[in-house]
Amino acid sequence: MVELFLPKNSQVKKGKAHPKPEGASNTRAFSVYRYDPDAGNNPSVDTYDVDMDSCGPMVLDALLKIKDEMDSTLTLRRSCREGICGSCAMNVDGRNTLACLKPIAECNDDVKIYPLPHLPVIKDLVPDVDHIYAQLTSIEPWIKADTPPPPNGERKQSPEERTKLDGLWECILCFCCTTSCPSYWWNGDRYLGPAVLLQAARWINDSRDGATGERLDELEDPFRLYRCHTIMNCTNACPKGLNPAKAIADIKSKMMERLG
Amino acid sequence: MSLRSALGHARGLGAAKEGVHHWWLQRLTAIALIPLTLWLVASIIGLSGTGYEEFLFWFGKPINSTLMILFLGVGFHHAQLGMQVVYEDYISSHGTRTAMTILTKFACYGLATLSIVSILTVAFKG
Repeated sequence: MVELFLPKNSQVKKGKAHPKPEGASNTRAFSVYRYDPDAGNNPSVDTYDVDMDSCGPMVLDALLKIKDEMDSTLTLRRSCREGICGSCAMNVDGRNTLACLKPIAECNDDVKIYPLPHLPVIKDLVPDVDHIYAQLTSIEPWIKADTPPPPNGERKQSPEERTKLDGLWECILCFCCTTSCPSYWWNGDRYLGPAVLLQAARWINDSRDGATGERLDELEDPFRLYRCHTIMNCTNACPKGLNPAKAIADIKSKMMERLG
Repeated sequence: MSLRSALGHARGLGAAKEGVHHWWLQRLTAIALIPLTLWLVASIIGLSGTGYEEFLFWFGKPINSTLMILFLGVGFHHAQLGMQVVYEDYISSHGTRTAMTILTKFACYGLATLSIVSILTVAFKG
């Protein structure tokens, strides 16, 4: 159901202010969402005045500097710091993006950092993505073929067939798109969301896969697929420049194609 | 609290194997409503300032009554398809959603029938 107001225990309060380090002249304010389930308090927004003269250029650099030098309790996911692992997906200045790819120079003066929207929060900037991973597993994102592979084990594709996977295989499963989609916010229980549907399209369009019809059967559902109304938030949010909305439209057009 | 596995929860009751027909009909009725609406607007502009007798004469022409029946029939069909989508989007309770869908379908088909019968009455009786 549409939730217009946060429940009482989720309302965000003002948190601690962490002043600038001594001697710092060039600082920038970061307002960061904090939530600790063990403390039993409401979430809060802490502010940190970060010394920009000794900070890297990206939002992730600032967050790691805060964790290393100002407040070691700040919790976040990160790994590759170059936009390929998808771990540091979060909401920066109101837009879902990867903290490692977002330059601080492009942010507002007071940089607002929240976890990905409308997911349960485990702690601070770490959301619970178990359900999205389960949805990904449910579309069986692996090759399915009754035809045995050739003796050398390699299933070949023509360059034209391979081209059809471009714009699909590059997804890093950061879920910036899925958590930017209002349909996913309201019906995430059953709607698969843009990231998982893009993965479904990646296998539907793979010439080596032999289960295209079964895959379409599993998607034909008012909630799993047809909650997408092509509002394009997903495409707008994707930090890798992919187009999940187009992938979903492609699935819908294949549904029509097999009707007649 | 549920101890069901995440995958079991994600799979839920399985795919309905339905949805493409609804999606296609919504688009088909939307496409049909473009020329029908243009015709209706042009007709209303053309009839402005005329009297009751001229209007009855206009309505008595088969092309006009046919297009009006199409406009209302297709329009109400499109409306109930669209409202069902809105309910599916915003009402999470299965019971409330089903009740609202039933009410809307009854109202739309009832109003469509009433409109069509009214048009035919005017067209045939004058």
